Amino acid sequence: MSEKEKKPRKKSRREFLQDLGIVGVGTLIGGSAIFAGINYDKRKKQAERVKVLTAENELLEIEKSDTTKVIKSKLENLTYLQKEGRDGIAGRRFVMVIDLSKCRNARKCMAACNNAHHLRPEQHHINVLKMQESHDTPAYYMPKPCQHCDNPPCVAVCPVDATFKRQDGIVLIDNERCIGCRFCIAACPYSARIFNWAEPIKSVEDEDLTYNVELNVPQRKGTVSKCLFSADRVREGKLPYCVSACPNGVYYFGDENEDTVTNGTTKETVRFKKLLEDNGGYTLMPELGTHPRVYYLPPKGKDYPFQDKDKPEAAEHLGNS
Amino acid sequence: MSDQLKTEKITTDLLRSIRLNKSFLIWMGFLGLAFLICFGAYGLQLKNGMVVTGLGDYVSWGMYISNFVFFVATSLIGMLISAALGLSGQKWAAPLARIAEIIALAFAAVAGLVIVMDMGRPERLLNVIIHGRIQSPIVWDMTVVTVYVLISTLFLYIPLIPDLKICYDRLDKLPPFARNIYKLLSLNWTGSPAQKKLIKQSTRVIAIFIIPVALAIHTVTSWLFANTSRVGWDSTIFGPYFVTGAFVAGSAAVIIAMYFYRKNYGLKDYITDYHFDKMGQLLVLVSLIYLYFTLNEYMVPAYKMKTSEALHLSALFTGIHAGLFWSVQLFGLVLPIILLLFKKMRKPLPMLFIALAVLIGAWFKRYIIVVPTQEHPYLPIQNVPLSFKIYTPTLVETLITIAPFILVLIIITVLSKVIPIISVHETIEQLEENNQKD
Repeated sequence: MSEKEKKPRKKSRREFLQDLGIVGVGTLIGGSAIFAGINYDKRKKQAERVKVLTAENELLEIEKSDTTKVIKSKLENLTYLQKEGRDGIAGRRFVMVIDLSKCRNARKCMAACNNAHHLRPEQHHINVLKMQESHDTPAYYMPKPCQHCDNPPCVAVCPVDATFKRQDGIVLIDNERCIGCRFCIAACPYSARIFNWAEPIKSVEDEDLTYNVELNVPQRKGTVSKCLFSADRVREGKLPYCVSACPNGVYYFGDENEDTVTNGTTKETVRFKKLLEDNGGYTLMPELGTHPRVYYLPPKGKDYPFQDKDKPEAAEHLGNS
Repeated sequence: MSDQLKTEKITTDLLRSIRLNKSFLIWMGFLGLAFLICFGAYGLQLKNGMVVTGLGDYVSWGMYISNFVFFVATSLIGMLISAALGLSGQKWAAPLARIAEIIALAFAAVAGLVIVMDMGRPERLLNVIIHGRIQSPIVWDMTVVTVYVLISTLFLYIPLIPDLKICYDRLDKLPPFARNIYKLLSLNWTGSPAQKKLIKQSTRVIAIFIIPVALAIHTVTSWLFANTSRVGWDSTIFGPYFVTGAFVAGSAAVIIAMYFYRKNYGLKDYITDYHFDKMGQLLVLVSLIYLYFTLNEYMVPAYKMKTSEALHLSALFTGIHAGLFWSVQLFGLVLPIILLLFKKMRKPLPMLFIALAVLIGAWFKRYIIVVPTQEHPYLPIQNVPLSFKIYTPTLVETLITIAPFILVLIIITVLSKVIPIISVHETIEQLEENNQKD
């Protein structure tokens, strides 16, 4: 054994420097980690947490500092509203029941509707008609919105899919796509559709609004408009504009799947099928095979008189026969 | 006169119209000016919206749609005269084939524009391609009308090829660029037997193919109405009813064109009294069929007088549309049939007036079909201005309705100035055939 070999091994200068390096880096990392940890803890205590709803309808809780406000462009907003508007509300089948024995021609429904959808006063999504079936039968008032047919003739003839039927039964019109051919107006047996012949009345005020297909506002020149069952209100769980505005308890609105409808005036909720059953509910012109989602209760036992001044107009379409 | 001389004369006669003269320029200037005025009216409609028309939420289809139906109808005559009569061996119709084809092409091509004039958003026309729904009769209509325009172009062009070569050879006074166009379009025609056979065969194929397409365009147009649940439109005979009505309008248009070509182009030896006589007989035939359908269309619902039909029919028979309704039936259909039964009336001048009455009647007949129905929907029209209840066309709307007519006249005038309106090579062939028989 040589002396050299016996000697305890001394670190060379190089090895020493290497070790020093490792210790140094280690200390640095460790230190930073501890520092970051303390900092994290500190922030955690201060952090405000918020609840957010994702596009997939999941409710999450995150720190407020982790959120960024998404400023959507007008186009992105429009795309979102258009998609939402076309999809409709899953699991719902909306229906309306109109009790003709209650309607006194107050026309609050018409006013509320025109106001909500920015319509000209002479154009109507919902129109209260003075009706008489024959000379010997009594006259009555009949509010007539779009019937939201399950077999809609208007949707069938539309060449561009601008008017469409949603899964929740509502028939809408997309005035971003409508070409203004008016075939739907010609095809609708209920005369439920109107056309923007001129610049809409609120076109200047509505200029900056993003188009909402569920409200059909802003209205656009050269496109068709129609009753929407107030799809925007329904999405928020509210009753349609006309239904809420009625002072006489004429309208019920609800979901066929739940078999419930709510009266817009009394806010009373009743069974939909039973309401029809008990009062002889019917639909308009069932022979046309359109399958309306608007049901009528006959003008039986009206507790008001049909006004004399309205009688000639009600009898007008009976002709001279 | 020797054959050589006869051929020479035919060629000269039939090519005489191909030149620019003063009367042509004046006529075109007039048409151009009139078109500009009407186009200005359309500009107003684009700017202010369709409020410039008399249309409303109830009568939302008016003169423009009547016009569209009329234009599609008139264009069907190309198929009847050139294809149906040609294929069934009616030789007398041969010199009228190109006139009928020019009318067909002009009316069909402009029909496409007429429908755009009726759109509230013409700039979104492409949506029909981007978002087109095959279930909509409008998409069917646009498809078949486009196909018909394309086939009609071929039907005019292919039998024209030999004549284009003749034009190139004979019209040496034309500027070189114009002659070169004739040369280019004549596709190296040499008149070889193989080429002749090819043209004959392809013309025949197109003639057969154009018949179902022509029937389709007007049947589909009638379905725009018949496919709705509207009183007055909801009819199962609308397809054949429209098609026969189309032949009436088209025959009248051809007779009018024949008269002016014969007079202005000095074609008395080619469009003879014999041709007028034959066209008069054809007009009687198609008018009788149309009268039969008309009787069915009004008589059957009028016998029953269902509540919904009664309002509509009484407006036509005795109400606000009665004057127009009965004038159309009388002057546009019944009287022409009676008059044309007399041989004396089947002469060029009387036939010009009869044909004009028939054509005007045909336009108003479309109006009678389109408008009154919408004034009587199932539910009463209430709480709207009076103008929504009764449709009254405006001046601007009338000008816009006239525009397509001017456009058709421009197309017909220009086409008949650049191509011989009677087939030169076929007339010569006919002459040779006749000689062989002798």
